[in-house]
Amino acid sequence: MAQHAARPRNTGLKDWLTTVDHKKIGILYLVAGGFFFLLGGIEAVLMRLQLMYPESNLFVGATFNELLTMHGTTMIFLAAMPIIFALMNAIVPLQIGARDVAFPFVNSLGFWLFFFGGTLLNLSWFLGGAPDAGWTAYPPLSGTTYSSTHGVSFYVLGLQIAGLGTLIGGINFLVTIINMRAPGMTFMRMPLFTWSAFITSALILFAFPAITVGLVLLMFDRIFGANFFEVANGGNVVLWQHLFWIFGHPEVYILILPAFGIISEVVATFSKKRLFGYSAMVFATIVIGFLGFMVWAHHMFTVGMGPVANALFSIATMLIAVPTGIKIFNWLLTMWGGQIRFTTANLFAVGFIPTFVIGGMTGVMLAVAPADFQYHDSYFVVAHFHYVIVGGMAFGLFSGCYYWWPKMFGKMLNETIGKWNFWLFFIGFHLTFFPQHFLGLTGMPRRVYTYMAGQGWEMGNMISTIGALVMTLGTAVFLWNAFVTSRKAEKAPADPWDARTLEWAIPSPAPEYNFAQTPRVRGLDALWVEKMAGNKGMTPAEPLGPIHMPSPSILPFLMSVGFFIAGFGFIYHQTIVSVVGLLVVFYGMFARSLFDDHGFHIEVDEIKETEKGVKL
Amino acid sequence: MGLDCMMRRLQQVGRLLPLFAVLALMLTGCSSDPYLSALTPKGPAAEMQLFMMKLSLYVMLFVFAVVVAIFAYVLVRYRKRKGDNSIPEQVEGNHKLEIIWTVIPFLLLIVIAVPMVSTTFTLAKDYSQDKEAVKVKVTAHQFWWEFDYPEAKIKTAQELYIPVGKKVWLELTSADVIHSFWVPGIAGKIDTNPGMKNTMWLEASEEGVFQGKCAELCGASHALMDFKVKVVSQEEFDAWVAKMSKEKPESTTDGADTALAAEGEKIFQQSCVSCHAIDGNGGKIGPDLSNYSERQTVAGFLRNDPTHTGDEAVRTENLKKNLHKWLSNPEEVKPGNLMKIGQLKPEEVDALTEYLSNLKRQ
Repeated sequence: MAQHAARPRNTGLKDWLTTVDHKKIGILYLVAGGFFFLLGGIEAVLMRLQLMYPESNLFVGATFNELLTMHGTTMIFLAAMPIIFALMNAIVPLQIGARDVAFPFVNSLGFWLFFFGGTLLNLSWFLGGAPDAGWTAYPPLSGTTYSSTHGVSFYVLGLQIAGLGTLIGGINFLVTIINMRAPGMTFMRMPLFTWSAFITSALILFAFPAITVGLVLLMFDRIFGANFFEVANGGNVVLWQHLFWIFGHPEVYILILPAFGIISEVVATFSKKRLFGYSAMVFATIVIGFLGFMVWAHHMFTVGMGPVANALFSIATMLIAVPTGIKIFNWLLTMWGGQIRFTTANLFAVGFIPTFVIGGMTGVMLAVAPADFQYHDSYFVVAHFHYVIVGGMAFGLFSGCYYWWPKMFGKMLNETIGKWNFWLFFIGFHLTFFPQHFLGLTGMPRRVYTYMAGQGWEMGNMISTIGALVMTLGTAVFLWNAFVTSRKAEKAPADPWDARTLEWAIPSPAPEYNFAQTPRVRGLDALWVEKMAGNKGMTPAEPLGPIHMPSPSILPFLMSVGFFIAGFGFIYHQTIVSVVGLLVVFYGMFARSLFDDHGFHIEVDEIKETEKGVKL
Repeated sequence: MGLDCMMRRLQQVGRLLPLFAVLALMLTGCSSDPYLSALTPKGPAAEMQLFMMKLSLYVMLFVFAVVVAIFAYVLVRYRKRKGDNSIPEQVEGNHKLEIIWTVIPFLLLIVIAVPMVSTTFTLAKDYSQDKEAVKVKVTAHQFWWEFDYPEAKIKTAQELYIPVGKKVWLELTSADVIHSFWVPGIAGKIDTNPGMKNTMWLEASEEGVFQGKCAELCGASHALMDFKVKVVSQEEFDAWVAKMSKEKPESTTDGADTALAAEGEKIFQQSCVSCHAIDGNGGKIGPDLSNYSERQTVAGFLRNDPTHTGDEAVRTENLKKNLHKWLSNPEEVKPGNLMKIGQLKPEEVDALTEYLSNLKRQ
């Protein structure tokens, strides 16, 4: 047996840069994703201020287009996805009784690629202008002829690097969930959040290659003078739209499925009941994931695909309402007959249900191709996808944060402040987006930087902006809550919510090795099963022994810096810089491959010491 | 204590209800522009679309009502009561219920899907060979619309003249980036893709000036890329066609300050004509300006009769005001547009304004 390294004891910055621990990477994702969420939020508020009154002059023309592009891109790729990855990292290994993810090194690499990709994209603000062709970056508008700044090149390279991170992250979770489940944790005993993480990862695996291909083509057009989308030279502009939406629609489900998973956990826990129709819920998740790939062209009803394609994609899209409806009714029936506690986590989950149903209603309405000729690219669409993404996913993520905060940080968020957080965000949300349905129906196109007075849109826009300010206040209250909580001394118990799943069987926050002894799982809601059998905790599936851990490494950080440098080189056509950056990447890959690292062990004494002071 | 708690919850819900009620009232009471709204259709296509919107909305409202009813009942009935530490029955599921809420949505979707398919095909009908239909070629530019009547050999911009009650067959494309042609009051929208041709039919059932919008992000002035669809009687349309399609057009500037207008014409012939055509003479980079005095807007979005008074004097006065504003600083009025004339002197602006605002065909 090879000699193992001594137990590394990094602290401070070095610890965060080199960690491969899924729990710390989860926190990194949360902090970085939270930061980008605030950036995207500020961009949104600036746009709302410009639209508060007709004919305003705060941010006009191209500047407004930069704001709308960066708002969308940031929120989807740099805020929503990372916060989902934060919760997946923090919780999924704990829910399946694993000690880490399958590839801890790759996990760290995934985070740093996302972080440097996002940073690269946002630096465009200071380097001659942000991308301004919309988050969908339709050519020819995103080509060099009509977008001559480097903005869209930052978009292409930034997303390509961040996307690599997401793709390997998705693969990592697939392998983790398939291979690293504790004894007895069969697929049909996995908590719904783990199931949704599994399906989401599968969607990432199949959807991200499409955007990667699209971005490569756009990159070749912009940087090497290719003609994929240059109409004058035989290019085709609709090709991009297909590639983008073959990725883009599954992306919607990549975002929403984990929220469904969170809601399923939270509603069950705070109703003190088993999830109603568990197997139907699993099946519905799989069906939604599958159908998610069959409907991309409903974003393109007005492109001119003809009535046959429009009708077929229309029907396929409507079908998604069926599994989604199954989920809604199962949540309602989970609460039926339960003992519902209105903690902040559950308020967000409960608030999610009617809000998401409204988003689903408008979703079915939008699926009707002939009616979409009116809705398409109007504020009605803006209202719809914010109901789904904010009212759906963001509510879900808030719920998940309140629910799992003690498991991630060892302290409980303040419930009183939490309720302020919920009500401000909830009311602000509906004020912002409900009037936008009517703005769209009365003729207001989306992505407009201003509108003339006298078209009947003044009131709706005013209410919408006020709502956005209330939402901002709600978000600020959340930050305040996180700050207050971090100053609090009181530690959270292992199972503060009287919950059901495996992550609550171990101390809060989870120790470095997660489970001192791998647990034996005896049913769905593994911890609940033991509680009902009168046991104090999980039955171990192995004797207490030294635990093998992966070594921390600076290489993922270094490789991501290499990609970051190479990205700059490509954007500014500096071949030398690109080569230097890629050499750094290759150095990292060689170093990782050539030098064996056998990790280290945490000894039994240390485990016993750690477990002694635990508040169960 | 339990009752207290419930009252508090009810109060919270109660506080929200009037808010939403007021909101809904304000929105429906809000005077939306009847010539811009998809909710006040003035043509068969928009009517079919509104029907599909309503049908899907009502079906979905039914689902919403069911969900909200169960939701409200559950939240009130199954709150945890203080001191109740019993463990609820751990129900696994219920096959009968699960089949019901799988099958009923299917049936509801069929109710929407059948008329959806037929409407989709009706809206895609081909009128290209219909002798009765007026044919128009639409070309979108950053940030204006070109309308070309190949049969009558008319080229115009920003304002699409169509006869009431007649089918109009549109062939649409773009000269630069992707735009989208949208007239909410008459029909839906279709994208204009460079290098490709899309088609669409229009029919208006009422006379009036309808607002059109570009719906696809197309650059800095996407927000300002408006156009008008002027629906007129068949006689008025025929007269317009006769006037606009004359072989030897005689544009005049009657009623103008002749000296100033002549000066304006001189400037136009020196500086503007390489991009703009009048009576078929001039460049094709910018909009055709023939018969400019009858325009509803300047630069496509500065409205000459913003309150629909129909008063010619008001329209002419605003036309001059808007034209003056536009020519004085086009980049500020419409960012990113291609008209680079920042060097015009104030007296040149006056002269051009006088010329263009009186330019009409006899």
